This record gives sequence, structure tokens and C-alpha cells, in this order.
Amino acid sequence: MKRRSFIKAAAASTVLPVSLNGMGVKSFQESALLAALGKRSADGKVLVLIQLNGGNDGLNMVIPLDQYSNLTKARSNIVLNESKVLKTWVDNVGLHPELSELNNKLFEAKKMSIVQSVGYPQPNFSHFRATDIWMSASDSNTVLTTGWMGRYLDKQYSGFPTGYPNSTMPDPLAIQIGPLVSLGFMGPNTNMGMAITNPSSFYNLVDNNAGSVPSTPAGDELAYIRLLAQQTNQYATVIKAAASKGTNKSTLYPTGTRMNLGEQLKIVAKLISGGLKTPVYMVSLGGFDTHSAQVDGTDTTKGSHADLMAHLSQSIAAFQDDLELLGVSDRVAGMTFSEFGRRIQSNASVGTDHGAAAPLFVFGDGVQPGVIGNNPRIPTTTTVNDNVPMQFDFRQVYASVLKDWFELSSAEVKSILGTDFNTLPIFKNNAASIEDFADFMTQISIANIFPNPAMDQSTVQFRTDGGGRLKLRLYDPLGNLVHEYLDEEFSVGTQEYTMDLRGLKPGNYILQLRSNVKSVTEVLQKL
Amino acid sequence: MNRRDFFRAKSINIESNHLMVDELGDSSNTSKKITRRTNTGISKYQGTWGRDEVLHLLRRTLYGPSIAEVKDFEKLNLSQAVDKLLDTTNYTFEPPLNNYGQTTPDTQVSYGKTWVNAPFDANLEPVRKNSVKSWFWSLALKSNQSIMQKMMVFWHNHLPVQMLEVPVAANCYFYSKVLNDYALGNFKTLIRQMTLDPAMLYFLNGRLNTKDAPDENYARELQELFTLGKGPESKFTEDDVKAAARVLTGFTINFTTTPFSTMFVSKNHDTGDKQFSSFYSNTVIKGRTGVSAGLDELDDLLNMIFTVNEVSKYICRRLYKFFIYYKIDSDAEANVIEPLAKIFRDNDFEIKPVLKALLESEHFYDQWNRACLIKDPYSHIAGFMRQWELELPAETEYQKLYKAYGFGAAYNSITQMNLGDPPSVSGWEAWYQVPLFHRSWITSDSLPKRNEYQDYLLWIGHKVEGFTIKVDVWKITKQFIKPNYPDDLINEAVEFLLPMDLDTTQMGSLKDILLPGGIPDYNWTDEYNAAVDSSYPNHATALSTATLKLQSLYKAIMNLSEYQLS
Repeated sequence: MKRRSFIKAAAASTVLPVSLNGMGVKSFQESALLAALGKRSADGKVLVLIQLNGGNDGLNMVIPLDQYSNLTKARSNIVLNESKVLKTWVDNVGLHPELSELNNKLFEAKKMSIVQSVGYPQPNFSHFRATDIWMSASDSNTVLTTGWMGRYLDKQYSGFPTGYPNSTMPDPLAIQIGPLVSLGFMGPNTNMGMAITNPSSFYNLVDNNAGSVPSTPAGDELAYIRLLAQQTNQYATVIKAAASKGTNKSTLYPTGTRMNLGEQLKIVAKLISGGLKTPVYMVSLGGFDTHSAQVDGTDTTKGSHADLMAHLSQSIAAFQDDLELLGVSDRVAGMTFSEFGRRIQSNASVGTDHGAAAPLFVFGDGVQPGVIGNNPRIPTTTTVNDNVPMQFDFRQVYASVLKDWFELSSAEVKSILGTDFNTLPIFKNNAASIEDFADFMTQISIANIFPNPAMDQSTVQFRTDGGGRLKLRLYDPLGNLVHEYLDEEFSVGTQEYTMDLRGLKPGNYILQLRSNVKSVTEVLQKL
Repeated sequence: MNRRDFFRAKSINIESNHLMVDELGDSSNTSKKITRRTNTGISKYQGTWGRDEVLHLLRRTLYGPSIAEVKDFEKLNLSQAVDKLLDTTNYTFEPPLNNYGQTTPDTQVSYGKTWVNAPFDANLEPVRKNSVKSWFWSLALKSNQSIMQKMMVFWHNHLPVQMLEVPVAANCYFYSKVLNDYALGNFKTLIRQMTLDPAMLYFLNGRLNTKDAPDENYARELQELFTLGKGPESKFTEDDVKAAARVLTGFTINFTTTPFSTMFVSKNHDTGDKQFSSFYSNTVIKGRTGVSAGLDELDDLLNMIFTVNEVSKYICRRLYKFFIYYKIDSDAEANVIEPLAKIFRDNDFEIKPVLKALLESEHFYDQWNRACLIKDPYSHIAGFMRQWELELPAETEYQKLYKAYGFGAAYNSITQMNLGDPPSVSGWEAWYQVPLFHRSWITSDSLPKRNEYQDYLLWIGHKVEGFTIKVDVWKITKQFIKPNYPDDLINEAVEFLLPMDLDTTQMGSLKDILLPGGIPDYNWTDEYNAAVDSSYPNHATALSTATLKLQSLYKAIMNLSEYQLS
């Protein structure tokens, strides 16, 4: 098995990890002030969540350049021409050619982190359920009726809506551009966020416009009610004030397209520059459910996914450009996410079906530049059921946001996410750098699986450099746990274990070795 | 022309400054923007009679309506539908009950029985007053496909009493009973009975009106508010008010009967002749003596007033503003008010023939007159409960049930309509105050509270002693025809909940709720099918996800301004 050389990113200034096994506890004391009621998040920091609706094909967005032959075999009718993939400053990590603005403005500019293969155990393939899981930060088999952001905001602004707005927090706690249905902002008592249905309703609010109505008595009355509704939106005044005080300075926002992520981010930038204290925004881009015609038949760098990549790239680049020109970029971090990735193997309709883990981007001045995690492993032979196995739990990303960006204590983060999730070196504030983390990632590994492919049994050799509790598990391609072979403490060194494979259906399986902070996987093929 | 075509035509942008600064409701300003008018009259409507028309009719005449009610009425033709609304044989009027007995003992009336015929007890007055107010609010929930409850509100607004001012709860009930007995009966008799009602005698001081100390309050309101109005054709004089007051002297409340009743005290009656002005053709009402003097003179007074044509026109205008729109232009006056008033007079002031003509008229179904009434709070609050078929505590759980009614009544009140206690003897401003009229229901305070009520019952539910009153989205969704297809679901929900169509952007936003980012329709179908069928392996999660989606969809629809229209 090849071992990739790990990234040597520009090391951010960090605090060394306290322990070897854990990711390190930050040694500065948690601020008592932050725990106080009604205090807003640290230093006016803003998080912009960019939802990619439909399930983004991560393998077509962040391309593993070291596995091109396997990639081509698995998805020959949609795979990008290797020479056209954007090379980046990170070895073997390429980007879709339409992401050039994003690459130049953010990744090359060392303001972006790519987190590989983000998912969760037992992935769900339903759009609705998977979205709810990402929004609520629940386990796959648990239903929560609040959102992770809703719980965060409820902590920061306790008692909302009673007593709000007030002089400490006169502004909306969260703004979503799009119908406010996502579970993400749902708090224990109420929805913590405010919805602006679409960019034009934002401008209607700001301009006192009732929008179009029929020229009938009904239309007359409708206009009256709409105007009154706008006026009585308790945040109308502060939004209008921020909209008039704020502005946009970037000329890079995309126009002339039905996709309006750019328009949405433009509004966010304007409100931030206008002094609105809202700490969380959610914007979205839809159309990612590319079951068919994902690419153009004659040129795989074009097509519906390419258009989405282009719009995403231009919108985020323009947004960052705007924030820099407006002088607020130090306070803002953005993050893309999607309810799932897509299958490794393409289908006959020149598309891909619902998948599991996928990469996501986190960007902003406060982000450690680089790639966290390895390229996903593409098997030599694939079936239509094979999925990108998870390297990181999406709640680790959330934990990193809450702890390292919004500066909550570990206890607070745990109460929001339900349990401890170790943070990743996404933000400069994190105790570890990507380099340290990469080093740390060598500490458990699957050294060898023999035989592979196998019939009745196979022996795995694995190593732990730090010792500790390890689990050895086998998953089917859809992410269902098939068998847990081991769950026990190991001391430093290499171990061997023979796995009984009788009774398993032929196909590719994922063998996972996990410690309390990470997991590594290999594909095991059963004949 | 179907409503879609009509409402799509000529969409214009109305400049907000124009609307906010100019006098709203002033017809000369409106006609600047709206050039099309209508001159339809009360000839029987001959156009399409379909779901749109049924919904339009029921939105104006029932509270809700519920899906089942719409379906029932769709089986009828126009005449049958209107006749059914005017038919009161299935409408039962039950008095308020002892709902307080478990916390406040009542030795005269057992828990669950009516207290209205029990002797007055000052200690029990507060709980009985509470009882009658909650009960009064609850009547809309029992409207049972009859226009009766709308008419009771119409008459309550026209002939107001403030229940909190009337110190006897039982008489508040009997006042309501007068409204009920004559709401679809004879207007002249209604006025007569209301003149003699103890609660009214109390509220407008009739009981204190004696020959030595005449009180003009009722005499004035009788003419100015209840029969003739204040229009240019209503020319009764101050002397007419004085004379009428003298006619009405002697009636007072008998505090010795159970319940308190009206009595006539001859020695308090002014027995002189009463001379009226040229507006009343200089009529003289002969002064009478004896025990029937009061009633005899009252009948003469009413006969005299009712010979004036303005009475019939005034009431018809009130009905128009209640059921159609608050603006009556000269065409409507000539083509609708005049002929309706004639029907009213020709039928000796029977109310039903007027309503029948109005509700079957081409004017009522004119596209111009659809969706233009801003729902009054009662239509909004009670209508919501009936649309969503909210389950309330059981009939026999009197305490809980009345608390549920109280909850509705409280929201009614904080959204500007304290049912049973109108702000003044003129009733609620929405039905008379130039220039805002109905728009006065929508304020920067009341509109957020309307939305708050909707969201609260949709998402959280209101607890009454452990019983949760909450919308069950599945109850309604399962009555739609094809709720598992997103376009059908949205179309049906919008048609059921809103009186106007939405444009493509609005519909797109709604679809985005069910299927974010353009994911294909079958995703909703699959989710729905799994949600309603427990044999699916993902049934449990699909049920919770789909419930959330439905709640979000319905919330979004009801948060639209269109939902406040009827």
C-alpha cells in the first residue's frame, strides 16, 4: 500500500498538543465572560454556512490526482480530463477546472482549508433525512428536533425571543436567505433565525416595496398588508439601517444567471459591512442532485455540475474579495456543506447517485490553509454501490467551528453536539497545526491486509504508534456495519488479526480501524 | 374567467409611499390607480359554479371552512348552497355551562349544567362572567354549515353590549339569545326585542330613563346606529332623539326575578304625546297610560322609524360592508344597495330574503369582489381552528374545554377584537371607521400576533391542563387528493388556505421548502409514502421528516399576507 507524503503546510502559530493521544486541550482559560448570558460570540465573528442542496459530487470537485487510473475506470463517462484538472499547491490534490477563482482568491492565497471525506457513521441516503442529520448534528439513527446552530444560538442568547431585541443584541441572531425551514436554526423553544425568502424580498423590505399585486381591491388590500408586514418585522429597522450603511465593493459577483448564491452572499457582505451584529448566516445553492447529465457528453469539464462549480467559485471569490475591500474579512469564516456526496462509480445516465462522505471547504482569514485528511481511496474495481468512506465526522467540523471560531468551552461544545468530538486544525486558533495533525495521523495505520481479495478469511496487520483503544470494523459499501471484529486496548506496536469472512456477500467492503480520534480505512474485496 | 387569469392580469407595482401617505379607503384616490370598476348587480349569478366559487362563498359565510365542508357544498348548486347556509334547523344554541365548579363550588348548579337560570350570586359572578365570555367565543366552532354564527357577530357588532360592563353574566347570555333568535329572522322584531333586553337596558342606560330624568342614550343610538345610520339621508333631529327618549321611559330591570328581567313601571313613563320632525312626517305618537303603554308606544315608534326607506338601505350597506367590501361606490349603491333594500322592505324586514339575494348575486361572485376582505380576528382565530380541525378537550371536560375557548378568546382579544366587549356602542372600527375600515384590523401589533398564534398552534401547541391543542398536519394533508406529489400538494394547500393565487416566484419558494435546491419530485413522493405506511423500514424517520416539511410548508403559506384575506 502506498503511503502518501503528508502535506507540509505553512505552520500557523499554535500551542503544542498537551497529550499525544488526544488532539490537545487548549491551554488558555475559558473566558467566564463568554459563558455569561446574552453575550455574543467572540469578537463579532461571523459564520457563513453555504448549503449545497442535493448532494454534491465531491470526487468531481476535489480530485485525487494520485489515483487517476482507478478514477477513470470507475467513472469513465464523467471523469474530467486529467490535464484539465486544476493543480494546486498541495501535492496530488486537484480542483475542478471551474473553481479557478476560488483557487486563486482563496486556496492559493492560503485562506482555505479542504477537509477530506467528511461524513458520519451509517450514512443515510435520503435527501430529507441526511439534511436533517447535518442540520441537527444527530447520529444517523437518532432524531433531534433542534439544529446545531439553533442550540448554539440558544446558549449565547438564552431566553430568546423573550427580551429580544435588546441593546446588547439588537439584530437578528441568524439570517437565512431562503425559506426558513432548515432545522439548523431551530432552537429548543423557537426558530432562532430570520428568513429572507430571496434576494428580491430583501430589496423589497429595504425599499418599502410591496412587490407586484393585481390592480383589484384584493390587490390593494394585499399591498397594504405586505407593507405593514415589512414594517412590523421587528428587525426591519436594523436591517434597513445596515443595508443603507453597508455596501458592496467587489465587482466580481456573478450575474446573468438563475443561480443566485452570488446575490445572497452580496447581501450578507452588505449587512456585515453595515454593522449588523448577526453572527450566523445561511445561504444556499441548489441543483446538485446530478443523477443524470452531470457533465456534457462531449466535454466532461462542462455540464450541470461544472456550472454549479463555476457559480460557487465566482460567488465565494467575490464574497471574499468584497469582505477584504470592506475591511471585515478578519471576522468572517465561510463553510460549504452538502447532505451527502455521491457514488464513486457513475451511472449509465452520465450522472451519479446518492453517496456518503465528501470534501468540504472552510475559508476565511482565520483558517489554516491546506488539506486535512488523505485523498479518498478509489478501489481498482468498483461496483455501483461503493461509496467514499468517511475520514472525519462532520461534527468534528462543527466542533472546530464552535470551539476554535466561536471560542466556546469544551463543555459548551459537548452540550451542543451531544458528545465530545475532537476538533480538526481548520482554524488558526486550533491547538494543532495541520502539520502536527498530519503527523498525528500516522499514529494508527492498517499496514497490510492479506489476502486481498479474499474468500473465507483475511489477516489484517495494523499499527498503533501511541497505543490505546482500537476498534476493527467491517462496513458494507452502503455504510452499514457488517461486523465488529475488535474493540480493545492495544499497546504500541503492530498487531495482527485474522478475520472470518464466511457468509459475506461478494463485493467491496470497507475495513475500518478506529481510535478515539480518527479512523483509517482500507478496501477489502470479498470474492 | 377563472380566478387565475383574473388575478394574473395587469399586475402593477404599487408605490408604497402613495399608499401610506394618502387617505386609504377614499374611493377617489383608489380610482386613480384602479380604472376597472364593476356594475354588476343583484341578478342571480349565472357564471361558473365550481370550487373557487364555493370557497369564496364559504370563506365569507362560515368560519374556516373545513375541507369536509367545502366538499359538502360542492355537491350543491348555488341556490341549494345558499339555502343550506340560511337553514338553521341543524343549528343548536346551547347555553353556557358550569365549567368552574371544580375550583369554585356552586351550590345551585352542578358542574357541567347551565347556570343561566340560577339565582344571582355576587360571589359567582366573576366565574360566570368568564364562562359566558368563553362560551360566546366558542359559538363559531359550532357553526355547523350555517351562516348563523357570522350573523350573530354581525348583529353583535351592530347592536353592541359590553359584557364586562353588564354586571350580570346571565343577562349577557340572554342578550346573546336575542341575537340568536332573530339573527336570521325579522330585523324589526330584533330591534324591538333588543330594546327590551335587560343587558341592553343596562348598557345604554335605558333602565334609568324615566319621565323625570329622561336618558337619551338608547333613543339616540336606536336611530343613529341601529336603524337609520349617519348617512346624508338620515335626517332625524335632536328633538326626535328627545321625543324617542320619552317614548322609551318606564322600562327598567326587575331584580326580583330569576333571571333578572325587564319590567315596565308605568309611573315612570312619560304619558304625554310625542311630536316628531318632518323627517318622520311630523308624526305624533299618542301618549298612553297603563301597563301596556310602553310596548304600545314602542311599537308606534318602530313603525314610524321603519317607514323611512333609509333604514333598509342603511342595514343593507352594513351587510355589504360585512360580506363584500367596505367601499360602496355609486354603482354598487344603485345596483346592489337599492334593490336589496327594496327586497328588505317588501319582505317586511325579514333578513333571509336579503341574504339570499346578496349571496346568489352576480355582484357577490364578481371577480372584483373576491379576496378583498381582510379577515376580522374572529374569522382568523376561530377560522384557523376550524380549518385545521383542531381537536379540543372532550365535551364533558368542561373546565378544560372552556379554558381552551378562553385561549381562543384571549388571542381574539389581543388581536383587536374582544368578542362580547366591543370598544364602543358603535361596534368595531373596522366596520364603520373611515378611511381604514377593515385595514384597522392589521396593525404593527396585531399582525405579528396573528402570525404568532398560527406558528404557536402549528409548531408547539397550547397546553390546557395537560391537553395539548395543536395542529395535526396529517389530518388535513390526508384529505388532499394527491399530497404525495409536491406540485399537487402545494396547489391544493394554497387553494385551501388562500383566496388568491400566488405567482411563480412565490410558488417556487414553497416548492423549495419541500424539495430544496431542485431535487426531483419523487423524493417527496417517496418520503410521503414511507411516512404514512408503517411497513416501510424508514417509516419512523420519514414520518418525522415529512411532518417537519409539512409544518414548514403550511407555516410559509400562512405567513404570507394573502392568508389574512378572505
